[in-house]
Amino acid sequence: MDDTNATPISTSDMQSSDVVNPHTKQKWAYSAIVKEHFFHPKNLLLEEPVEGQFDARGTVGSPACGDVMDIWIKVDKNSDRVTELKWKTFGCGSAIAATSMFSEMVTENGGAKIEDALKIKPQDIMERLGGLPNRKIHCSVLADKAFRKAVNNYFHATGQHSRVEVEGARVVDARMNITDKDIEEAVLEGAQTLEDVQKKLKVGVGDPESIPEIEQLIRFYSEKYYG
Amino acid sequence: MKLPDIPKRIVYLDHAATTPTDARVVEAMLPYFTENFGNPSGLYATAREGADALSGARERIAKILNCGPSEIIFTGGGTESDNLALFGVARKYGANPKWGKHIITSQIEHHAVLLPTEVLKKEGFEITEVGVNSDGEVSVDAVIAAIKKETVLISIMYANNEVGTIEPIAEIGRALAKWKKENGRGPTEPPFFHTDACQAAGALSLDIAQLHVDLMTLNGSKIYGPKGVGLLYCRRGVGLLPHIVGGGQENRMRSGTENVPAIVGLACALELVSEHRDAENARLAELRDYLWREIQARVPKVVLNGHPSNRLPNNLNFTVLDIEGEAALLYLDEYGIAISTGSACTSTSLDPSHVILAMGKPYEYAHGSLRFTLGHSTTREDIDHVLTVLPPVVALLRSISPINLSLDQKQDDIAMRGAFVTDGTPHWMQKSSK
Repeated sequence: MDDTNATPISTSDMQSSDVVNPHTKQKWAYSAIVKEHFFHPKNLLLEEPVEGQFDARGTVGSPACGDVMDIWIKVDKNSDRVTELKWKTFGCGSAIAATSMFSEMVTENGGAKIEDALKIKPQDIMERLGGLPNRKIHCSVLADKAFRKAVNNYFHATGQHSRVEVEGARVVDARMNITDKDIEEAVLEGAQTLEDVQKKLKVGVGDPESIPEIEQLIRFYSEKYYG
Repeated sequence: MKLPDIPKRIVYLDHAATTPTDARVVEAMLPYFTENFGNPSGLYATAREGADALSGARERIAKILNCGPSEIIFTGGGTESDNLALFGVARKYGANPKWGKHIITSQIEHHAVLLPTEVLKKEGFEITEVGVNSDGEVSVDAVIAAIKKETVLISIMYANNEVGTIEPIAEIGRALAKWKKENGRGPTEPPFFHTDACQAAGALSLDIAQLHVDLMTLNGSKIYGPKGVGLLYCRRGVGLLPHIVGGGQENRMRSGTENVPAIVGLACALELVSEHRDAENARLAELRDYLWREIQARVPKVVLNGHPSNRLPNNLNFTVLDIEGEAALLYLDEYGIAISTGSACTSTSLDPSHVILAMGKPYEYAHGSLRFTLGHSTTREDIDHVLTVLPPVVALLRSISPINLSLDQKQDDIAMRGAFVTDGTPHWMQKSSK
């Protein structure tokens, strides 16, 4: 608690950084764009929605975990475009800024087609924000996950069951019942090596045969979120 | 959503993180940078100036601690002193089969104590972490009950850095002395008692004779002294295995040319806080109590963290339900207010505060906890600025929050275990469910 070290921002585009250490010239999070979206978040849902105002809703997280994201979407049925995306969050500065930016990216230019909106990656949000510290990527993934849930709920509600994308969890360490999703979560929390992940999950300790697969998953998710 | 229109005012309320260096301390340090810069180990005039300053500082500090000058080991800060106490005692006595490999500490210690115990675990030590009650207090009986014949060290902090709760150090020290007598252990035989007094140093007595400790950590950066300097009090007869070896300075316990200006600054800072302690404690407690009284009146759903009265006079730590601490911190920063939070989002490990969790509070209490720590420069106007800014900032963040907890909600009702980002459970909740 008593050390709030800022981490250097991760992308090459640091033009917009507002905090520069005069001695080392090192630039620090948060960028001016992050600040704008943090202090003036776009597309917030401030009133309780009325019946039929939105087509679907997706919620992820829990207050115990430190972040909750709630997303509502409206879809134009003919064009399959997301015309509105509103949200609320119990989340940190990065979650607020990233979700605000994500809501703009999805709804700008008349709204993205669902399939295109689903292609927006956490790195794309980071890039538009001018960078966030690596350990904060976790916070922007929240918007992505809530949006996917909302879209799946929309597909169910409109009878398009074949379009629902299921993200199943697969057990990699049977003794500890740890899944690939747990590994993903650990990597998002900043674990980069098997040792880091084991510190968080105690994975593979009683089941050494699972270690090669765990290492592969760490590489896969590191590439996915930080590569 | 619109930010409230309130003029910015720089209000530093993070004195538990670090304090500014007192101008008088800086002045006392200055001659030892360019004029009397000599290496105290040398024999010529400028070196003797350095050596004199060093021994002078040692004697002045010994007077405040009520100990012998040779019992003070200067180090590079609080973390180093804690490391020296933990590793030094553990490795000195743990290697001897006559004693053993057991250490007792608490769940709310600073990481400078907790992480060395993790390392020592890998070296074969057994660690007992005693818990705390809901106010953050360690029980004397629990500490004494945890002692085994293999115990070599007990390390309990004097006052907690996050919630400010003051621990019963003198009582533990006396109870340990009684245990040793009953179990035929002399004062220079383990178990020894170490306390990290970094947070307490500005506000509480540092008299060793009253505290009954064998080792005590202090540093400069929390008492208006320079950063990067600290000391370990180590009672005569208590052995240490040094982990920094070289030129043999500090009685071979901490090699490296002594940082004379910083040590002079540390002595000066300790004298200043000791001299003004009582008056400053009273002033800070009054301001702090005013702040908390008014926050309770103006902000709904706030809960105090830490002991209501047995706490450092400058510390206020509370949780604002339904909002996340880091977001609140950044909004307050926009109005010039500097504080800290126990939210997972501000820690590099993304773990929520281990102190608030150890007190049995739900996870969301840690995520929404805010710490205000007052200091010399704090005025009533500063507190009023906080009281103007905080209520609208909380209202604003609550307006965008999808959750609405009630004060008497239980942990299990709130923790929707299956609802995390990846539909799994975060690692720190798994630990607790074991």
